[in-house]
Amino acid sequence: MSPVVKIQDLHKIYESGEVPVHAVRGVSLEIQRGEFIALMGASGSGKSTLMNMLGCLDRPTRGTYELDGINIDDLDRNELADLRNQKLGFVFQGFNLLARTTALENVELPMLYGRHRKFSMDKIRERAMHCLEIVGLANRFDHFPNQLSGGQQQRVAIARGLVNEPQVLLADEPTGNLDSKTSVEVMGVFQKLNDQGITIVMVTHELDIAKYCRRNLILRDGVVVRDELVADGTIAEEEMQRIKAAEAAAKLTLQAKSEA
Amino acid sequence: MHFANTLRVALRALRRNTLRSLLTALGMIIGVAAVITMVSIGSGAKAQVEAQVASLGQNLITVMPGSFSSGGMRGGFGSSVSLTPEDADAIAAEVANIDGLSAEVRDRNQVLANGLNWNTNVNGVGPDYPYVRNWPMESGAMFTEQDVKSLGKVCVIGKTVADQMFPNEDPVGQTLRIRNLPFRILGVLSPKGFSIFGSDEDDVVLIPYTSHMRRVSRRTSISMIRIQAADADKVAQVKQSVEDLLTQRRRGREPDFTVRTQEELASAATATAKTMTGLLAGIAGVSLIVGGIGIMNIMLVSVTERTREIGIRLAIGAHGRDVLTQFLIEAILLSSLGGLVGVAVGVGGSQALSSYNGWPVLVPTTWIFISVAGSALVGIISGFYPAYKAAQLDPIDALRYE
Repeated sequence: MSPVVKIQDLHKIYESGEVPVHAVRGVSLEIQRGEFIALMGASGSGKSTLMNMLGCLDRPTRGTYELDGINIDDLDRNELADLRNQKLGFVFQGFNLLARTTALENVELPMLYGRHRKFSMDKIRERAMHCLEIVGLANRFDHFPNQLSGGQQQRVAIARGLVNEPQVLLADEPTGNLDSKTSVEVMGVFQKLNDQGITIVMVTHELDIAKYCRRNLILRDGVVVRDELVADGTIAEEEMQRIKAAEAAAKLTLQAKSEA
Repeated sequence: MHFANTLRVALRALRRNTLRSLLTALGMIIGVAAVITMVSIGSGAKAQVEAQVASLGQNLITVMPGSFSSGGMRGGFGSSVSLTPEDADAIAAEVANIDGLSAEVRDRNQVLANGLNWNTNVNGVGPDYPYVRNWPMESGAMFTEQDVKSLGKVCVIGKTVADQMFPNEDPVGQTLRIRNLPFRILGVLSPKGFSIFGSDEDDVVLIPYTSHMRRVSRRTSISMIRIQAADADKVAQVKQSVEDLLTQRRRGREPDFTVRTQEELASAATATAKTMTGLLAGIAGVSLIVGGIGIMNIMLVSVTERTREIGIRLAIGAHGRDVLTQFLIEAILLSSLGGLVGVAVGVGGSQALSSYNGWPVLVPTTWIFISVAGSALVGIISGFYPAYKAAQLDPIDALRYE
C-alpha cells in the first residue's frame, strides 16, 4: 500500500526577518495508513513548521510533499483549501472552536465548506451527531464551548476533525492546554480512533504524551534526529484506571485524616 | 461552498453577536427612518400646495390686460383698460377645446344687508365661473346667462360674507345692497378657504359682470378672462389660439394682454415645496451615509476581532471567496434588515407626526423601494472592503492571532 504522506527533502526558509531563518532543513518522511506518530522536539526545532506544511497551511520552500498521492506543489490556494477540507482533520492546542456556537454547529462546519460532496442539512446534522458520539459528547451537543471543560472542548475539536473522514488527523499540541487527567482522556480518544484505523500525526513536547503514540520522530534544528517505534507504549485506559485508583486512595486518606 | 450554506454560516455569525448586530443595524434603521419621514413630510407639503393650486380650477388659462403706459409712465400688468367683454365673447365663440369661460371684473365695495354692513370683494363674473373655478354651490344656484344679458340685479355670495351678513338665517332669497342697489341673493358658494396667496377666497360677492360694469363700477373694460381648457393636453393649444385671436383683434396694434396657464402659476408655488423636499431628503441622505459608515466600521472591527475565526474557517477548507461572501452577506443582511425596519419606523413615525401635529404627510411608495434598495447598496459598498480584507488573510497568521 502506498504511504499516505510522502515527504522528500523538505526545506522551509522564512525570509520575513532581517536574517533568513532556515526552520526545516531537509526532512524526508513516509507515513503509512494507520500510523500514530508523535513529532517531538524543543521549541524552535521546526516541528510546528513541519506540521504546518503537513497540514497544507504552508508551502515548503524546497522539496516535495505528496498527500494521498497528490503533489501539493501543483495546487493553488483554493485547491489547497479543498485538500485540507477533504483529506485532513485539524486539532489545535487552543481548541479553536467558534465561540458562542454550539458543539454540534462547530462539528458541522467542515461539512458546510465541503465542495466534494453535497449533503442535505439533515445528513450533515446526523453525521456531526455521529462524530460527537464517537468522542462521547453526544449528550452535550447543544452546549457552547464556554459551557464545556477543556477536555470536552478538545473532544469537540476532534469530532470536527473527523467529520469529513480525513486521511490524516493532525493534532498540534492537543494536550498543551489540558491538565494531566484530561490529557489522558484526550489521548484515550486518539488511541481509540487509531485502533479504528485512522492515521494520526501529533506534535508534542511532552515525553509521557508521546508514549501514547506508536512511533516517535524527534526533530532538532530542522532535521529528524531520531525515528523510532515506541516499545512500551502507555495505554490510556490503563492509565486512567491508575489515576482513578490513586484519586480514590487520596480521598480515603483525606477522609481518614479528617476523621482522625 | 453552496450559497445556502454561506447564508447559514452568515446568519449564525450574526446570531452569535445579537446585540452588536442590532446596534449596527440601528444606524441603518435611523438613517432609513429619517429618509422616509423627511420625504413623507416633504411630499405631504407638496401635495398640499398642489391641492391648493388645483383649487384654483383645472387646466386654467387666464387672460390679463397688459401694461398701460402714458407719457413714459408704465402701469404694470392689468393696468391697461383694453380687455373688453367682446374679447371674451370672441374667445368663447371662436377658440376650440374650451370647457368654460368667464370674464371677470374685480372691485371692493361696502355691502349692506340685514342691518349690517361689510367691506368685501365684489366681482363681476359669468355664469361659468363656479365651474371654471371648480367651486360648487353650497345652497341655491348660480345666476344664468339670461341674468348676464339683462344686467340682472342678482348675486351669489361666499361663505364668509354669508356668515358676516346673515349669521342666523338662510341668505338665499334675501337682498344685499351694493352701492344702494338691491341685489337678490340666489345662492351661497361652498367654503374654499384661503388661496395660496393668503387671501380669504370666501370673502366675496359675485354678480353678473355686465351688471358690475354698468351699475356698480361703471367700467368699460374687464379685469381678466378665465378659460378652462377641455383637458390638460389642450392647454398649450388653447393658449396659442387665444393669443392669436386677441392679436388679430388688436389689428396690428402692440399686444396689450398676457395669457398665462395654471402650470406657470403652479410651478412657482410647487418649486418651494420641491426645494424643501430636496433639502429634507438631503439631510436624511447624510444620515443614511453615516449609517453605512457605521456598518463598515463594525465590519472592519469585526474582521480584526474575528481573525482567529477566519483562520479556523480557512484551515478547515473555506476558500477566500467563502469568507468574502460570508462577510458581505452579513453586511447586506444587517443593512437591508435595518432598512426594512427603518421603513416601518419611518412610516409609523410620519403617521404619528401627522396625527400629532396635523401635518399633511404622504408616504411615497417609490421612496420605500429607493431606501430599501439604497440600504442594501450601502451594505454592499461598506461591507466589501472588510470582507475583502478578511478573505485575504493567511490561515497560519490568522490562527496564530491573539
